[in-house]
Parts: sequence; C-alpha cells; structure tokens
Amino acid sequence: MIRAESLTRRFGDNLAVDSIDLSVERGEIYGFLGPNGAGKSTVVRMLCTLLAPTSGSASVADLDVSDHPGEVRLAIGVALQEASLDPKMTGREIITTQGRLFGLRSTEISKRIDELAPLIDMNAIDHLVGTYSGGMRRRLDLAASLVHNPSVLFLDEPTTGLDPPGRLRVWEEVRRLNRELGMTVFLTTQYLEEADTLAHRVGVIDHGRIVVEGSPAELKRSVGDDVVVVKVAGDSDRVAEVLAAVPGVDRIERYEHEVRAVTKDGGRALSPVAVALDRAGCVVDELALRTPTLDDVFLHVTGSHLEGGDT
Amino acid sequence: MSQPITARPAGFFRDVGSVAIRALQQLPRDLEFVLPALAVPTFFLVVNIGALQDVAGFTELEIDYKAFQLPVAIIFAVTGISRASALVLDIQDGYFDRLLLTPVSRRALLLGLMVSDFVLVLLLSIPVTILGFAIGVRFPTGVLGVVVFLLMGASWGVAFTGFPYAIALRTGNPSAVNASFILFFPFAFMTTTFLPLESMTGWLAEVARYNPVTYLLAGLRSLFVGWQFGELAKGMIAIIGLGIVSQTLAFSALKSRIDGR
Repeated sequence: MIRAESLTRRFGDNLAVDSIDLSVERGEIYGFLGPNGAGKSTVVRMLCTLLAPTSGSASVADLDVSDHPGEVRLAIGVALQEASLDPKMTGREIITTQGRLFGLRSTEISKRIDELAPLIDMNAIDHLVGTYSGGMRRRLDLAASLVHNPSVLFLDEPTTGLDPPGRLRVWEEVRRLNRELGMTVFLTTQYLEEADTLAHRVGVIDHGRIVVEGSPAELKRSVGDDVVVVKVAGDSDRVAEVLAAVPGVDRIERYEHEVRAVTKDGGRALSPVAVALDRAGCVVDELALRTPTLDDVFLHVTGSHLEGGDT
Repeated sequence: MSQPITARPAGFFRDVGSVAIRALQQLPRDLEFVLPALAVPTFFLVVNIGALQDVAGFTELEIDYKAFQLPVAIIFAVTGISRASALVLDIQDGYFDRLLLTPVSRRALLLGLMVSDFVLVLLLSIPVTILGFAIGVRFPTGVLGVVVFLLMGASWGVAFTGFPYAIALRTGNPSAVNASFILFFPFAFMTTTFLPLESMTGWLAEVARYNPVTYLLAGLRSLFVGWQFGELAKGMIAIIGLGIVSQTLAFSALKSRIDGR
C-alpha cells in the first residue's frame, strides 16, 4: 500500500531523509518512531505529495506520488503535526469545505459529520475553531482528514499535546478505523507507548535513516529480555564489575550514570543483584527492573534515548 | 446496502466555488478588515469634494466635481482589497497545506479568493455609489451606467489583487503583505485624482499618461456624460493590462510556492 525506494530529501546541505526504503501492507498500522528532527515529518510530507523527493521514488495506494499526485490525494487522509485548521472557521465549515474539495455532495457531508460525531465535539461544531482546546482541535483535524473515507491515513504525531484521555480517544479511533474499515495507517510518533500500543510494525528513524524495523514484540526481543537498571552517583566501573559477576546476568550496558544488567529473567536476578551490590558496598541511587521497551530498542540501535519518549 | 462515501474530483468550477464560499464566510468575522475599506473611500470622497470643489472650478471639467470625485472614491474602495492577508495566515497556520492535501485544482486556490474579492469590492462600491447619489451625483447613462460603473470598479479591484497575492505567496509574511499597500499610492495619486489630465503639468502629467488608473478614471467618469465607448474601451484595456501583469505575478508565485517545496 505504501512503498518507498531510496527516498531522499535534502534541504540545501542538510540531508533530512537519507535513502530510505519502506513497505507498508494494506490494512497495516505502521509506526514511524524517532526523535524530533529525525526526518519523520519529511517522509510523511513526501508520501503525501506536499514535498517533492530529491531522489528515489514512492508510491501510495499503488500510485506514484510524483507522477499521480492528484490520484494519491484522493486516496489519502492526512493529519499533520500541527492541527492545520483555520481558527476563524467553525468545525462544521472546516469539515464541509474539506468534503466539498473531495467532491462530496451536501447530503454526503452531513452523513459523514454524523458518522464522525464520536471524534468531534458536536456541542462545539458550530463554534469557531479559535475557541477550541488543543484536544478538540486535534480531533477535528483528524475528523477532517477522514471525511472522504480515505484508504490510507497518515497521522503525523497525532497525539502530541493531548492530555491522556484525549490521547486514548485518538488511539481508540485509529484502532477502530483499522479494524472496521481496514484502513492502512502510517503513524509517526515520538511516544514509545503509542507505537507499542497501536502499531503492527514499527520503523525507527534516526538522522534520516531507518535504523531498525519490525513488530514491537520482535524489536523488544531483539535487544534482550529483562533489564535491571542501576543508577549510580559514584563509581559506575565498580557497579558494572559487580553486576557482571551475578549469576544469570548475560551482559552489562553502560550509559553515563546508568548501568544495566541484561538478563533473561529479571525477577530472579533482581534480588541477587541487590545483595551483590550491598555486599560490595556500592552506593546506589536507584535500582529498578524493566522489561524491554521500544526505548531500549532505540537506545540499542542509536546509542541514545528517544527524546520525548514518555514511558 | 448503500455505497460507501468516497472521494472524487470535484471539478474546477466547484473547487473555485468552494474556496470562494469559504473566503466569503470569513468576511463578517473580519470586520476590522472590511470597515476601514469602507471608511477610506467615504473619507476621501467627502474631504476631496469639500477641499477642492471650488478650486476645480478653475479647470475645464465636463462634469460636476462631485461626479468627478466619485470614481476616485471607488478606486480607493477597491484597490488593494484582497484576502492576501488571510492567505498568509493560512500559510502560517498550516491550513494552506491542508488545502494542498486535497485534490483541489491549484489555480482554484487563487481564483476562488479572487471571486470572493470581486464580491467584496462590489459590495464596498455599492454604499460609496449610494453616497454619491446622496450628494447629488446622477448617471445620464441610467441603471446600466451604474451597473457598468460598479463592474468596472470591481474588475479593477480584482485585477490589482495579483500584487498582494504575489507578495503573500512569495514571502508568507503578513508584514510584507500589509506593506504592499504602498503600491496603491502611485497608482491612486499619480493620476487624475484631483484634476483632469489637461490641467496637470510637468512630470506628474507625464507619469499620469502612463498610469492605467488615468484611463480607468476617464472611463468611469465618461458614464456621467453619456455612452462614450472609446473611453470605456480604454478603461477596460487599462484593467486588462494591469490584470495580466499582476495575475501573472500571482500565479507564478503560486506555482513557485507549490513546486518549490
């Protein structure tokens, strides 16, 4: 449904997207995970026909984005990173204008507004968008993107700035669209939980390149099982030495003031780790057991944490 | 079972209509933009007549000075009035991107705004013309003369909009669009605003000869004398000439903004 081959975009000397290959199947939710500035939005803008690739090719809904941009636009719905709404229009006017530009008749638009009611605050639909809260604007933006029943939905950080209930509403709607309508969803996010919860497959992008790709479960398995995290203020060399000697610890990873003991069974390893550290006289600020997250995947493949990662 | 609602190309004219309707819906919410556009021509009509009516008596005018000034007020009402500032806000808010993500014809994005501009300047011209009637201006050309008067003025207004739209699309900067108002001054004042061409001298008379507004004003003023098709044709040529220049700038700026991404 979405393909990219050696897709590249430069802005002057800045290589924003560096020859990425993508393949997203029909009916899949694909999570595109990466920090700010990694190139996520640039990829989305190229796939959505807003930005021309410097080189490489891409197709969406089996249509080349450079050769058939008009047909691609008919097939896609897009909610960009910032809710792109006119504050001097009402919610109804936004949806109606959007519907008209997608060729819908008035009766069809009215029907779609009813169908999209779970997303829209119907009490405020005739109020100016400028009076909406951030969450209301986000959901209206999503509703406007869906008015024409697209087969592919691009969501560029759809829950950034939303409170937890608002985020859950958007997640539920994305799941429903995918489950009930078979909509293909391309979702960029910097929230690990979002990618983990929603996506069938995740691609991790960093400095314009996809550094790893797979299902969340596969990716998490790929970086080990459980992790005992030890945060230290003092001698981390000594802590690493002690942890390496604990039975069941497979390997040690170190990041600044953090030492991590990777083990297949964190529950069993935790107590021996604590005892070993105590016996060795190590001063520990924090000791915690973590099962692998996508942040571990990100850390493993890029050497740094994901900025803005939430959990 | 009903067919699912899906997207289809709306067609060029419906695209233009959709963009125009949206722009017109915004007008009542932009009174801070509309009201000055009405106040300025009213002010100039009253002040110019009050200040210069007696002085103009020394010139050889074919028509009453009030009628001489009414087309000037119309030019003031319609020149530089556009949704270019709103377009810049659309660019800044991201709404312009939302429009580009639809299958809308790219040319319709500008043409729709210009249709709404045409409606707006026509609406602005009507009270100014009514004010002209109130102070005693009459059209020997009758109702049709009034209609031609309004349509020519509105056409000029739309022809001029290419400049602010070009600036809006090239810069995406509201200050630059606001500054485009200065373009209005040479067009509006280096012409027969206060006196007929025959009474002007020196460099100003020379500049006025090349200013399209001179011919537009002459065409509009001719409607207070009778049907002078030669004057009307020169006025229309002035409108078309300016329109070609300004709209070429606007549409090339649109293309540049879209293709340059």
